[in-house]
Amino acid sequence: MVGGGSGSKMRHDHIISAKQLSRADIEAVLDHAADIAADPSAYADRHADTLLGLLFFEPSTRTKMSFTTAMKRLGGDIVDMGSVESSSVKKGESLADTVRVVEGYADALVLRHPMEGSAKMASEFVDVPLVNAGDGAGQHPTQTLLDLYTIRENAGFDDLTIGIMGDLKYGRTVHSLAHALTNVDARQHFISPESLQLPRSVRYDLHQEGAKVREHTELDEVLPELDVLYVTRIQRERFPDESEYRAVAGQYRIDSETLKAAKDDLTVMHPLPRVDEIAHDVDDTEYATYFEQAYNGVPVRMALLDLLLEDNE
Amino acid sequence: MTDDDRQLRVSKIRNGTVIDHITGGQALNVLAILDIDGTSGESVSVAMNMPSDRLGKKDIVKVEGKELSQNEVDVLSLIAPAASINIVREFEVVEKHRVSRPSLVEGILECPNHNCISTEDEPVRSRFAVVDDGVRCEYCETIIRDNLPAHILAD
Repeated sequence: MVGGGSGSKMRHDHIISAKQLSRADIEAVLDHAADIAADPSAYADRHADTLLGLLFFEPSTRTKMSFTTAMKRLGGDIVDMGSVESSSVKKGESLADTVRVVEGYADALVLRHPMEGSAKMASEFVDVPLVNAGDGAGQHPTQTLLDLYTIRENAGFDDLTIGIMGDLKYGRTVHSLAHALTNVDARQHFISPESLQLPRSVRYDLHQEGAKVREHTELDEVLPELDVLYVTRIQRERFPDESEYRAVAGQYRIDSETLKAAKDDLTVMHPLPRVDEIAHDVDDTEYATYFEQAYNGVPVRMALLDLLLEDNE
Repeated sequence: MTDDDRQLRVSKIRNGTVIDHITGGQALNVLAILDIDGTSGESVSVAMNMPSDRLGKKDIVKVEGKELSQNEVDVLSLIAPAASINIVREFEVVEKHRVSRPSLVEGILECPNHNCISTEDEPVRSRFAVVDDGVRCEYCETIIRDNLPAHILAD
C-alpha cells in the first residue's frame, strides 16, 4: 500500500493497529475507497471465488455486516464462525487453534475478540491476511479508516481541530483514531470525565509522535473551536462494576441546544451504536454525519480488502 | 577491607558466574528472573546490602557450576542496571562484562492487564519491548514503569 491510489500495493500482511498505518497507507486506502464509491459496479467481479473468514467472538452489527457487504460487493463470499456459543470455542479451544483451522477455509480473516492483543497474537499463527475488527479495549483500525474517510470528505486533513469525547479509556475506536490523526495536521482535544481519560499507552504514543493534544472535562471549553466532534458511547461492558458505570453515564450527552455554540460547519461523528449520548434532535441538523460515516464502512472496507488481497494473491 | 576479603565472606566459587554490583536489595529478584531457586542442585551464594563505593549498597550473587549467557543476564539490567557479570573458571575470572539493556524481554514478565491475550492459555510467551522508561507488552501495549519484580512470571 505504498504510493497511493488504486492499484498500489499493500505493504502490510495484516492490519492489526492504526499505529502501523503511515500517511501514505491511509491516503492509499481512502483514495481507493473514493474510486470504489464513485463506481462500485466496476469492482463487482474483482475477487470472485475469494472467501473471507469472519471470526466474531463479540457481538457486532455494523462491522460484521459491512465486511460481509464489502466482500460480496467485490464478488467474493464469506464463511462465518457464527456465535461463540455455537462454536468449538465453547469447548475450550484456544484462539491460536481456531485461527489456524479457519485459515484453511478462507483467503483472509477478520477477527473481533474481547481481549486486548488477540489480533496481534492470532496474526502470528496464520499466513493469510488478518484484519483486526476490534480487540477488547485495544484497537479498531478499520473503523479508523472509515472515520478518516469521513473526516477527509467533510473537514479535510489540513489545519483540523477535532474533539474526541466520551469513553477515552476503554474506547478502542478512540485509541486507533488518536494514533492515526498524528499523521495529519490535527489538534486533538480529548473530552472525558477524569476516570475515563486516555490510557497511559496511548498517551505515551501521542507524546512520542509529538501530537498536539489537550484534555478537558467539559465540552463547552472547546466546542466553539471544533471542526469535528467525535462522540463515543460510554461502554457499560468495559466497566468492572455497575456503580462506576452509573457515575459517569449520561454526563457527556449532546443535543441541538448544546450545538448552538458550535461552528456552523461542525461535523458530528459517532462510531455507533449510540445510547443517549447524541440526542435524536441532532439527527436532522446539518451537523449529523454519523449515518454517512457508517455507510462509508462499505467502500472503505472494500478498498482495504482489495488492496490486501491484491498483494497476497 | 579489600575486594577479595569481601568476596571471601560469601565464599569463592570454582566454576560458575558471579553477578556483582546488583542494586541493593534486588538479589532475590535477580535469582527469580534467572529462574534459579536452588531446586536443580546448583550452589548459590547471596550477599545482600554489602557496602559499595559506587552504589552505596549492593548485592552479589554467585552461582556455582553454571555459566550464564549474555542474553540471560541482560534482562537483569531492568532491575540492576549497574550489574557486572564475572565468569569464573578454576577460581579465576575469565570474562567480565556489564549487563546491557535488551530491546525485548520474552517469557520473564507477566502482563498486568488481566484482559491481555498473553495471560490466557494460549501457546505464546509473554513479550515486552523495552522502552524509554519501562517495558511495554507487545500484545496489549500496556506499559509497566514501576516495580518490575512484582511482574515476574510465576512458574
